[in-house]
Amino acid sequence: MSALAYDGLAMTGRQLRRVRNSPGLAILTQMMPINMLLFFGYVFGSALAMPGREYRAFLVPGLLVATAAGGLMTGMFQAAADTHRGVMDRFRTMPVSRAAVPLGQAVADLVVTAVGTVPLLLVGLAVGWRIERSAVDAAGAVGLLLLFRFACTCAGIFLGLLTRSEDAAGQLGASSFVLPLLSNAYIPTGNLPGWLRTLAEWNPISAVTTALRDLFGNASVPPHSAWPVAHPVAGALAWSLALVAVFLPLAVRRYNRGG
Amino acid sequence: MTTTYGVLSEGLEKRFGEVNALRGLDLAVARGTVCGLLGPNGAGKTTAVRLLTTLVRPDAGSARVAGHDLVREAAAVRARIGVTGQYASVDGDLTGRENLRLFARLHRVRGPAGRAGELLERFGLTEAADRRAATYSGGMRRRLDLAASLIRRPQVLFLDEPTTGLDPASRTRIWQAVRELKADGTTVLLTTQYLEEADQLADDIALVDRGRVAHTGSPAELKALIGSHAQAVVADSDALPRAAAVLDQLTGGKPVFDRERNTVGAVTTDPTLTLPRLVRELDAAGVPLLDASLRPPTLDDVFLRLTGEPAESTENTEGTESAEGTESTENKELAV
Repeated sequence: MSALAYDGLAMTGRQLRRVRNSPGLAILTQMMPINMLLFFGYVFGSALAMPGREYRAFLVPGLLVATAAGGLMTGMFQAAADTHRGVMDRFRTMPVSRAAVPLGQAVADLVVTAVGTVPLLLVGLAVGWRIERSAVDAAGAVGLLLLFRFACTCAGIFLGLLTRSEDAAGQLGASSFVLPLLSNAYIPTGNLPGWLRTLAEWNPISAVTTALRDLFGNASVPPHSAWPVAHPVAGALAWSLALVAVFLPLAVRRYNRGG
Repeated sequence: MTTTYGVLSEGLEKRFGEVNALRGLDLAVARGTVCGLLGPNGAGKTTAVRLLTTLVRPDAGSARVAGHDLVREAAAVRARIGVTGQYASVDGDLTGRENLRLFARLHRVRGPAGRAGELLERFGLTEAADRRAATYSGGMRRRLDLAASLIRRPQVLFLDEPTTGLDPASRTRIWQAVRELKADGTTVLLTTQYLEEADQLADDIALVDRGRVAHTGSPAELKALIGSHAQAVVADSDALPRAAAVLDQLTGGKPVFDRERNTVGAVTTDPTLTLPRLVRELDAAGVPLLDASLRPPTLDDVFLRLTGEPAESTENTEGTESAEGTESTENKELAV
């Protein structure tokens, strides 16, 4: 096993143990989209033209992706908090692969997300969401979702290492709440005014959400959309891989610069 | 590999924006010895350690640690050092055992769990091993820190103020561990604000002032240089010159006045000077003496004496017999 894989695995273990030792924040984070599903699904859903059950089935992929986008906030917060931990400097004085710390954080986050998504899916099933296509398609949807989460976490880790401030991370994190609002996660974008629609459809969240709806069979691809939404699987892959390609190296470089 | 020095640095420089943290640090720590880096806050001790442990790159100068170049062979240096300090600590969200296991794994130690258990035992942490490190007391945490830096027996161990804020029992325990390490042949670079700590542990002391090594020597040499501090408190300020004359004659040091407190003090390296003799001579000279003392050197005295100026200020006239010398040695803040 290469040094990076070995160290990365050790660092992943470290992050997972931390979640296990103090699971409060992780549980709270995963409760959020369930509350939103019930709130949006029944309160907003009753005011939409779409029938309630159909809207809730439409909403579940949107919430999954919006939650995945929360990796931006989680990654940023954790990385910023880590910069103030004495243990980071110990890692830097040890013969540890330079990419292991950020990579370990992103991989551990992926594991926590994968587990944390299950309750949301169960509640989704209870309120009318279904997997309408094959298991292979559904597995593809989950794969895309996790890849997107990984991409968002990488971006978050870089920003967290850049700001080095938990306060700043909290503020930026709170404002990242609007990102899914400017996408098709909660509403169809067809009726938005032209420029806003373009903006929303070029939002990476829209491409990934559309891909999930398509692969789960919850809604068809909306016609006359921007390229990433019109070709949702390719669009989702392209966005996620581009984010990883940009932010993972940046995060590793930033980590190595230290303080 | 045979190298004479555990740590050897030449002209290390580091700037942080406006601040010249290190201005040419020359340091030589012989293999298997304990070197105490002594100095006030802001003198550059911590920056020196951060540079020598590869955390920060120097702007200029070079250094070899455990026989390897600090910059070009950083990975080799990292594999051979242990660091315990104010910053390189442990993960509070992990238990003591989890911390040590993680470090053992990262150091590629065979049987990380066994090594963790061994160190927990050695540092008296077995009972607390499965509690989160954040719940540890200061002393326990420092012991865990030390254990973490000993996972793979380091050739050079950096201890940055290892006992600051610890109770005497924990301090003694850390000191004992350092002595054992030295006996095993480990080179130790220790920063401290306590002269006593350096006295207890160090073979040599490097006195750091404003980013440079101002003086080096064994504790005994430094103490001989610094000497004790003799002080007299008189009833009225008119008697100060007379008291000063006596002190001057007895100590050969340059008496320093504090006119507000009617005090005069001087440093002596004469081991035969005793307090009774001091009092007798002052009394014989007709000095209206209220109080007199003869105390062993403190870090203040070390600084006053060896850097030639009080640590806090650069424009002080301390050490002159003129009336300007009203600066007291007592109310000096050791901060630069």
